[in-house]
Amino acid sequence: MSVKARSAAAQAWRVARLVAVKDLRVEWRSRVVLNQVLPFAAVVMVMFAFALDNTDLLTRVAPGLVWMATIFSLQVLVQRSFAIETADGALDALQVAGVRPGGVFLGKSLALAAELAVLEVVLLGAAIVLYRTDVPAGRLGLLAATYLAATCGLAFVGTLYGGLAAGAKGRETLLPLLMLPVVAPVLIGATRATEAAFGTNDATTGDGWPWLGLLALFAAVFGTAGTLGFGSLIDE
Amino acid sequence: MEPVVRLVDVVAVLGGFPALAGASLTVERGEIVLLQGPNGAGKTSLLRLCAGLLPVERGAATVLGCDLVADRTAVRNRVGLLGHANGLYAELTVHDNVRFWGATVGASEGEVTAALARMALDGRLRDVAVGRLSAGQRRRTALACLVARRAELWLLDEPHAGLDAVGRDDLDGILRAAAAAGATVLVASHELERVGRLATRVVDVVGGQVRAR
Amino acid sequence: MNTTAPTAATDNASNASAAAPVRDKRPTSTRFTQVLGVIVLAGFAWLVVFGLLLSPDDSEQRSLVRIMYVHVPSAWLAYLAFVVTGVASAAYLWRRSRNLQWDRLAGASAEVGILFMAITLVTGSLWGRPTWGTYWTWDSRLTTTAFLFVTYIGYLAVRGLGGSHHQRARRSAVMALLAVLEVPLVHFSVRWWRPLHQGQTVEAQKIDGLMLFSLFVGLVAFTLLYVWLVLHRMRVALLDDEVDDRGLDAALAARRAEG
Repeated sequence: MSVKARSAAAQAWRVARLVAVKDLRVEWRSRVVLNQVLPFAAVVMVMFAFALDNTDLLTRVAPGLVWMATIFSLQVLVQRSFAIETADGALDALQVAGVRPGGVFLGKSLALAAELAVLEVVLLGAAIVLYRTDVPAGRLGLLAATYLAATCGLAFVGTLYGGLAAGAKGRETLLPLLMLPVVAPVLIGATRATEAAFGTNDATTGDGWPWLGLLALFAAVFGTAGTLGFGSLIDE
Repeated sequence: MEPVVRLVDVVAVLGGFPALAGASLTVERGEIVLLQGPNGAGKTSLLRLCAGLLPVERGAATVLGCDLVADRTAVRNRVGLLGHANGLYAELTVHDNVRFWGATVGASEGEVTAALARMALDGRLRDVAVGRLSAGQRRRTALACLVARRAELWLLDEPHAGLDAVGRDDLDGILRAAAAAGATVLVASHELERVGRLATRVVDVVGGQVRAR
Repeated sequence: MNTTAPTAATDNASNASAAAPVRDKRPTSTRFTQVLGVIVLAGFAWLVVFGLLLSPDDSEQRSLVRIMYVHVPSAWLAYLAFVVTGVASAAYLWRRSRNLQWDRLAGASAEVGILFMAITLVTGSLWGRPTWGTYWTWDSRLTTTAFLFVTYIGYLAVRGLGGSHHQRARRSAVMALLAVLEVPLVHFSVRWWRPLHQGQTVEAQKIDGLMLFSLFVGLVAFTLLYVWLVLHRMRVALLDDEVDDRGLDAALAARRAEG
């Protein structure tokens, strides 16, 4: 890596840390995720139980439901993440400040991933309590790796398309249409890998690892694309 | 020496409407230029264009030596823009906001403290969430962020909006200090008398064009 | 294709007064597209003759096999159209000249691709119901196709977001490249998800010579139709952009008169 590229990367990382800390501080002060998004996700989990109305079935499809609830909540999290930027023109100010868009992308993704992680732990707990899911201790490694890769992928895609919707001024309704098809591989991959980690339908850990590879590839692809393309998307 | 701002026959479009319709303006280093004109004349667009936010549709524009037609991102971290929106995070405190925007250009904690003191925000208000402040106090906070950003070109859009008498005096002080430190200032304002005393030059913005007096 | 330089057109327009709109009698067709259109019509007549009359019934599917002469070519063309969108978007971003013609090609191709993909999905369902006993099956190829369809509808929505022409072009080019990244990921995840797929529905060795020829006729006819539609759509898009530019010239004159 050349000196110039290295200093650019260092700058982008500095911006990323700055933005991530800022986003998490905003959340810490406002508690919107804690007081609104988490309860929403829990209600979704309960509604799934109403719709399916069969405990054995619920246990069997629990991994899929957990990830569906995560993806629904992701929409809300992304809208919140960009609402704080557009409420008082901060997105414009960030651009005038000349900070690297790649850094803003990474920072917002990082904060979003942290919020998602908290949400996922709660949903996992809800699945254990409500859907009678078992988490075998020997498979916690697979579970943790799956959650890490899937969370990064979701955070990258969420920030990328959230930035597009915010840059287009008030076209938030477009967000689900653009984002849901893109996160389909995460839904499929994370659900299969989680099934393997839960041992649902007699799945073994060996069934889970290839899916983990897919999730990691997904995160790498969209992380790179977002870092490079974010500037073009948020610009007027 | 090359002028700080050189616009030649610039056309800029906002949603299909030509907000700037052939604006030409040259500003030298250290000047304080007052832009005045009726609502909708294009003052805001002129400032946003100089900040590299609004693309140049036709014409030529150079700001701080950066060609805005070729690349309008290069100029960005060297200008400071105070628009109609303050660009503040309502959940964060005054200090957090000034520190965040200062940090985007690598301002030290000392510079942040100085900026807060400059706008008399270092007392009780320092640790109050911006969302709980009055409009004037938010404007003060936004100005403090701008001071912390050490810009070479200041672009101020109705900076007096919401400020009380003391705040206006503080603003005058900031502008004088900025110009004395070698910065260049463009102010769009209806406060003709107050800014007129400070300004080195007054220009009229009418119908998306700039007219010298 | 006759690409009248847009700058020349706008220069003319700026001389015209704002009050009298400029009448432009230029048609959206050129001599080339007119000839091409006739050939397309002939191609489809040919396809009807071969597909409906000359080609024999299949031993198992009987007359149903005739849907293939529309279904398969439209599917191929839809995929080709999305490839063209991706390449044109890359070309727009790659070339420093930022030629809007690439952007118009990307948009036109995506629109036509969506049309062909809709034809593919509808004819496929109609064929699947009597053959497989269901309109839809969660086969990997079907699912990927459905995702492509939704993705490019999203792409068109992004194209419609507004802003200047170059803004639109840059934003949608990035979206198109993201779609190019997305498609293989969706494809592989769906394939792993449902490995049991129905096999090639048309197997080359079993196919009757006349059937294969009819399929070929269909492919040629649809390819020509694709070219014809894209050329016209690009032309309309060019005129659309010119109308915007002229509107701007009129608005500029009005704006200058304000002062």
